[in-house]
Amino acid sequence: MRNFVSERAREIPPSGIRKFFDLVLTMEDVISLGVGEPDFRTPWNICESSIYSIEQGTTSYTSNKGLQSLRDALSRHLAKNYNLQYSGDDEIIITSGVSEALDIAIRAVVDPGDEVLIAQPSYVSYAPCVTLAGGTAVPVRCTEKDHFKLNADALAEQITGKSKALIINFPNNPTGAVMEESDLKAIADLVIDHDLLLISDEVYAELTYEKRHCATATVADLRERTITLNGFSKAYAMTGWRIGYLCAPKELCDAALKIHQYVMLCAPVMGQVGALEALRSAEEDKNSMVNEYRLRRNMFVAGLNRIGLSCHVPEGAFYAFPSVKSTGLSDVEFAERLLKEQRVAVVPGSVFGTGGEDHIRCAYAVSRKELNEALGRMETFLQDL
Amino acid sequence: MDEKDLELLRILEENSRLSAEEIATMTNLAAGEVEARVHALEAAQVIKRYSTVINWEKAGNGEVSAIIELKVSPERDFGYDRIAERLSRFRQVRTLRLITGTYDLQLIVTGKNMQEVSRFVSEHVAPMDRIRETATHIVMKSYKENGNALFEQPETERLPYSF
Repeated sequence: MRNFVSERAREIPPSGIRKFFDLVLTMEDVISLGVGEPDFRTPWNICESSIYSIEQGTTSYTSNKGLQSLRDALSRHLAKNYNLQYSGDDEIIITSGVSEALDIAIRAVVDPGDEVLIAQPSYVSYAPCVTLAGGTAVPVRCTEKDHFKLNADALAEQITGKSKALIINFPNNPTGAVMEESDLKAIADLVIDHDLLLISDEVYAELTYEKRHCATATVADLRERTITLNGFSKAYAMTGWRIGYLCAPKELCDAALKIHQYVMLCAPVMGQVGALEALRSAEEDKNSMVNEYRLRRNMFVAGLNRIGLSCHVPEGAFYAFPSVKSTGLSDVEFAERLLKEQRVAVVPGSVFGTGGEDHIRCAYAVSRKELNEALGRMETFLQDL
Repeated sequence: MDEKDLELLRILEENSRLSAEEIATMTNLAAGEVEARVHALEAAQVIKRYSTVINWEKAGNGEVSAIIELKVSPERDFGYDRIAERLSRFRQVRTLRLITGTYDLQLIVTGKNMQEVSRFVSEHVAPMDRIRETATHIVMKSYKENGNALFEQPETERLPYSF
């Protein structure tokens, strides 16, 4: 029998630390700082409106692009909060989570042989999605020295004649780094000079603690060459609802829509109804969650530095990304031993690609009580080393 | 009263047992400043006292609560204030509000049992001057008090990790 698995499927790497996390599942009394998901429940008004709509029989397909009412509400939301101008008619697609938005965005622009630059450390699915589209992922290293912002010089070094697009994600998973307008301007010059397309995953846009998020497409003349990705999972504690969206100028949006309509048809309608309610009435819920993350961040990052794990202050998302270099352990060793010896689960930074080594990702989307307990256990772990 | 004071109040309302040091780390203020601000808020009676939210049903002390609504004839020059202050002096009255609608005052009263509550209403509240009508509602079960759900909520299953 032939090997039926495609070369592309073979080419994408399996998760290297699968075994490590299978171990987490078998252990009791583990405090997991490994989950990149809010610990809050979805605000009840969102759940309630979705339940009601199901009772009313709203259970059918929607337009491929998603409910017009949701796209219009998003268009207003983006304009009001980020000064982003996207028409609800033909520049926004509602997707099944940002994951799908990312996939269709990449497939809409990448041809075989194209190089796609990825600012790393980054979320783990960017490179495999590029591979699946036939492109080549080219990591660009963001360093602790730059507070994990994307440095224009580092980017310039990786640009070649084959470079087609750049994927960035700020506020960043796993580092919590943000890019301010001035940081983005430096990148914009390069992107425009080399005629690159920009895919900007802004799913953590609502979770910033010092300054309002600066949307990539509002900087310089980037809008015409930017695909903005965002979703409801992180800001409104709606991870399981799988509602994201893609915004781009019409021509790019149409290309992504063709792929979306064949692979997904439309995002689930009950999720779209919930998302619409989130925009209508969950502003206060969102604000109080963001405020709580800020308090936890301050507490947790101060704690990490106190026990001897140096950590820059992450200005967005809900991740702390401390260095474990001072312990002499690699990030994978550190995570494995911390789990086995003190039952605290964190994610080794090298999972997130270039620049992640020697760091661990700790999601502070758990209660303050658990964070304190985790800090205590980590301190004991460090003392016993 | 500034944004920082409001933040301290929100934190303390949720958990008043946090130390000044803990609050200081969370808010990026110096511990001394947290203490000073909290003292000032106490002195200004913005912070009235520190108490505990207790699920008395679970504690099983058998106490009974009732919501009592009153129609009251307001007094010239004083409106509802004097009678409300007078009512609020009773130990049994846990909460007292002036409200719009059919009734004027709303009381939450607690007592050892239903007899005690009804005796309190009929002997002390109803006969008071200016009270024209009372409506007593015995609380059968509390589901939420001051923002705290009192029913058991099932733990939602969470993945142990994600990227």
